[in-house]
Amino acid sequence: MTDYTRSTAAEIAAAIASGETTSVAVTQAHLDRIASVDSAVHAFLEVDAEGALAAARAVDDAFAAGQSLGPLAGVPIAVKDVVVTKGLTTTAGSKILQGWVPPYDATLVTRLRAAGMPILGKTNMDEFAMGSSTEHSAYGPTHNPWDLERIPGGSGGGSSAAVAAFEAPLAIGTDTGGSIRQPAAVTGTVGTKPTYGGVSRYGLIALASSLDQAGPCTRSVLDAALLHAVIGGHDVMDSTSIDAPVPPVVEAATRADVSGMKIGVIKEISGEGFQPGIKKLFDQSVQLLVDRGAEVVEVSCPSFEKGLAAYYLILPSEASSNLAKFDAMRYGLRVGPEGVDSPSAEQVMAATRDAGFGDEVKRRIILGTYALSAGYYDAYYGQAQKVRTLIARDFERAFEQADVLVTPTAPTTAFKLGEKLDDPMAMYLNDVATIPANLAGVPGMSLPNGLADEDGLPSGFQILAPAAKDERLYEVGAALEAALLAQWGGPILDKAPALAGKAGM
Amino acid sequence: MADAVVDYDEALATYDPVMGLEVHVELGTATKMFCGCATGFGAEPNTQVCPVCLGLPGALPVVNATAVESAIRIGLALNCQIAQWCRFARKNYFYPDMPKNFQTSQYDEPIAFEGYLDVELADGSTFRVDIERAHMEEDTGKSLHVGGSTGRIQGAEYSLVDYNRAGIPLIEIVTKPLVGAGERAPEVARAYVAALRDLLKALDVSDVKMEQGSMRCDANVSLMRKDADAFGTRTETKNVNSLRSVERAIRYEISRQAALLNDGHNITQETRHWHEDTGITTSGRPKSDADDYRYFPEPDLVPVAPARERVEELRTTLPEPPAQRRKRLQSDWGYSDLEMRDVINAGALELIEQTVAEGATPAAARKWWTGELARRANVEGRSVDDFGVTPAYIAELDGMVRGGRLNDSMARQVLEGVIDGEGSPTAVADARGLELVQDTGALEAAVDAVIAANGPIADKVREGKLNAAGALIGQVMKEMKGQADAAKARELILAKLTS
Repeated sequence: MTDYTRSTAAEIAAAIASGETTSVAVTQAHLDRIASVDSAVHAFLEVDAEGALAAARAVDDAFAAGQSLGPLAGVPIAVKDVVVTKGLTTTAGSKILQGWVPPYDATLVTRLRAAGMPILGKTNMDEFAMGSSTEHSAYGPTHNPWDLERIPGGSGGGSSAAVAAFEAPLAIGTDTGGSIRQPAAVTGTVGTKPTYGGVSRYGLIALASSLDQAGPCTRSVLDAALLHAVIGGHDVMDSTSIDAPVPPVVEAATRADVSGMKIGVIKEISGEGFQPGIKKLFDQSVQLLVDRGAEVVEVSCPSFEKGLAAYYLILPSEASSNLAKFDAMRYGLRVGPEGVDSPSAEQVMAATRDAGFGDEVKRRIILGTYALSAGYYDAYYGQAQKVRTLIARDFERAFEQADVLVTPTAPTTAFKLGEKLDDPMAMYLNDVATIPANLAGVPGMSLPNGLADEDGLPSGFQILAPAAKDERLYEVGAALEAALLAQWGGPILDKAPALAGKAGM
Repeated sequence: MADAVVDYDEALATYDPVMGLEVHVELGTATKMFCGCATGFGAEPNTQVCPVCLGLPGALPVVNATAVESAIRIGLALNCQIAQWCRFARKNYFYPDMPKNFQTSQYDEPIAFEGYLDVELADGSTFRVDIERAHMEEDTGKSLHVGGSTGRIQGAEYSLVDYNRAGIPLIEIVTKPLVGAGERAPEVARAYVAALRDLLKALDVSDVKMEQGSMRCDANVSLMRKDADAFGTRTETKNVNSLRSVERAIRYEISRQAALLNDGHNITQETRHWHEDTGITTSGRPKSDADDYRYFPEPDLVPVAPARERVEELRTTLPEPPAQRRKRLQSDWGYSDLEMRDVINAGALELIEQTVAEGATPAAARKWWTGELARRANVEGRSVDDFGVTPAYIAELDGMVRGGRLNDSMARQVLEGVIDGEGSPTAVADARGLELVQDTGALEAAVDAVIAANGPIADKVREGKLNAAGALIGQVMKEMKGQADAAKARELILAKLTS
C-alpha cells in the first residue's frame, strides 16, 4: 500500500481524483503520522482530527457523486496559528490568546475549505510571528526534523517542520521578513512569499500590516504553485489585495524553462559572510541554471545593507499598534493583578499584558512605541520609510538587468535551540537576505539547495521576482528543482533521519 | 462646584475671546466607515457588529466609498480644496469603547482643507468662519456605566459597551481660530453651528440630530487681554449637543476664564464637561499639546485619490446654499423679515415651500403652518410632523377657502378633522357637512328674519352706524349654523338697510 504521507500534494490529489485512494484515507494517514512523531517535533499547537475527517468525507462524497472538484481537492493541509479559523482555537503562539476560538474564517481559509482541503490543525510559531527560530512560541519550541536539537527556523517553524516531517503535505505560512522562506531553507522544504497583496490578509492576525504576506509551505515547487493558485487572488475584504487574476504560476511550474533568462546575482547578498557550505551550494546551483541555458548577471543593491535596520523600525512600529487591541477585555487571557481587591481596568490590562506577552513581543512593542512617539517619528519611522523607498528603487533597477534575482536564503543552517536566544541581534541577522523582499513587496521563494558540507544540514536557494511576476519564481524554481533532484537521485527529505520511534523524547 | 465667574460685559471689556470649533457629524450612510454593518440608530446593543468593527484579531477595514463622496461634497459646500491624494492614519490611544485601541482617522492629510462658511447674525451682518479642515474618521462605541448615581464610571459597579456605533462614519469639521467676534462670540458660534447644520441637512449627508448625538460640537475657548498679541491658554468643552448650549457654554467659559485671569490665575489647558441643567462647565481631564497619539499612515488601507472629474461631478450635486435659498424664498413669497424669521424659527421653510408648490398662496401656507398647526403642536407638546397633515392637504384646504366653499372658522374645523385622522380636507368637509351656503334665497330669508327680529339694531344701521351691522351678521351666522358667507351676508344687510 502506498504511504501517501511521502507523496507530493499533486500526487495525492491525482490518486484521490482517480479513485486510487480517498481523502479520508490520506487524511487519516497524516493524522496517524502526527500522532506518531509530533510529540518529538511539536509542529502542531492544535490538531483537529474530527474536523479534518469530516471535510475529507465531504470531498469523498462529492467525488462519489461525480462532482468535479479543484486540483487539490481532498489534500489535507496545516495552517499557521496566526491565521484565524472559525471554531478552531487560534492563538498566534501567544498566551494572551490562549483558548480563543474565532467566530470567523480568514479569507484564505474560506478558500481552502471551498477547494475541499481538510484542515489538519494549527501549526506552532514564534509568538505573533516575532522571531526566526520558533523558540518564542508561548507553547514551547518546534524541533527541526533533521536534528531535533535544532531550530526549524521561524517564525513559521511549525508549518515547515510539519511538511518536512511528513505530518502534512502542505501548510500555510506567513512571511513578514522571511518567516516562510527562512524555515523552508533550514528544513529542506519549499516556501513561497507571493507579491504583497497577492493573497488576502483578511483573517491574518497582523504583525506588521505593510509587510505581512501569507503563502505556501510545500515539498515541491509544483505543489507551491497549486496551493498559491487556490489561496491567491483579489479579496474585497482586504483593501491592499491586488485586483488582478493570480499570475500563471501552475503553468510556469510545469514548463520549468530558464533558457534565455537573465539571472541576477545580488552582489551584496551573494554569500559573502555566509556559512561556507551554503555559499558553495549557492554557487553550484547558479551554475546549474547556467547549464540549463540561463545567463548570469551581477547586480548591485546598495540599499539592502540598511534593510535590516529599516525593517526593525517599521515592524515594531506597526506591531505596537496592531497589538494594542489585546487589552484583556474582550477575548483571550484576563489576569487580575496580585494583591489588589477591586482592580481598575488599567491594572487588569497591565497584569494581563505582563503575563500574556513574551519577552520578544514586549521588546518590540516598546521599540515600536518609542519609534512612533512624537519627536522621534521623523528620526526613526520616517527615515525607515525612506530606506524602504530606496530598497524598492534598488529592486527596480536590478530588475531592469535581470528577470529574477537570486541569493542564499539564510546565512547559516539551523542553529541549536537556545543558541541565540539571548542575542536578539544575532537572531535578527538570519533574515538579512529575506527582508528586502518584504520591504519592497516583491515575491520570493526558497527551495531546498542541498546539504552543507560542514554539518550535513539543509540550505536554501532564494529566488526573487518583480512585483506581480510571481510566475517567474516557479519557472526558475521548478527548473532548478528538476536539476537538483536529478543530481540527488530523489527528494532531499529522503536523506533526513527517520523520526518514527523517536516519539516521546 | 461652580467656579467663580465675572459679569459677561465686564469680561468683554478686558478680554477678546478666541474660539475654535470642532464639529463631529455622523454621516447618514447605510453602512459603516470600514465594513458593511448597518448604521441604524436605536438597534438592540451589539446587533450591528462584525469582526471588522469589533476589531477582532485578523479583521481588516475597507473604506466606504459613499462616505468618501459625502466628505467631498461637504468639503466643496464649505468652499474647501479637495485633496488630490490623501491617507488615513492611526490615532493610537486606549479608550474602553474603541475596539482596536486605535482610531482610524485622518491626520496630516485631510480629504478637505482651507475653506470658509459665511454665517449670518441676527442683526443681518455676516461673519466669515474660516475652515481649517474637514476630515474622515470612525466613531467609537458607547459605554453605559451601571450602578453608580451619576452614570459616570466613578462609583459604577460595572460597565456595558455597545459597539453598534463603533465604526459609523464621522466627518470632523475644524475651524481656524475665530478672532474678532468680540462680545458676539457666543452668538457667532451658535450661528455657525446652525448654519453648518442647515448646510449638512441640505446636502442630505446626515440627519444632524444634535439631541441624538449625530452632530456634536467641541468648543475651544481662550481669552486674550485686549492689548496682548498672543492667544491665551484654551479649554475644550466637549460634546455640546444643542445650539442653545453652544451659546451658553461659550458665554460661561468666557465669564469663568475672565474671573480666573482677573484674580491672577492661569488657565489650565484641559477638557471640560458642559452641564445643561446648571449651565456650567466642570473640569475634565488635563490635556496638553503633547498628547502623543503616535499617528502613522494606516497600513491596512490604500490611499484615497478622488478623480478630479468625479470631484467636479460632485460639485454639480451641491444644493443651493441655505442662506441664499432663504433670501430667494423670502423675496418670492413677499414675506417681511419678521414673518420670515418666524417661519425659520418654526422650522417650517420646507413645509411652506412644498405647500406653495402644491398650489397654496404663500400667505395661507405661512398662516396655517406657523399659526394654527404650530399653536396646536405647542399646546399639545407634539411635533407638527406627528399630525399627519401634508403640504398637499394644506393646499387643498386653502383652495377650498379661496373657492368660497369654506370660511375661516369652518376651515379650522376641517383641519381638526384632518388631524383627528378623518381623511383629506374634502373628505372631512363632506363628512361633517361643512359648506358655505351659496343659496342666496336662504341667505336672504335669514337676513330678513334677523332684521325683523332686531329692530333697534337695524335702525342704528339705517342711521349710518355701519359698525352695528356686525351684530346682525353674527345673528345671521347663528341662524344658518355658521355656514353662511359672512361677506355676502354683510352685503345683503347693507343693501337692505342703507339703500
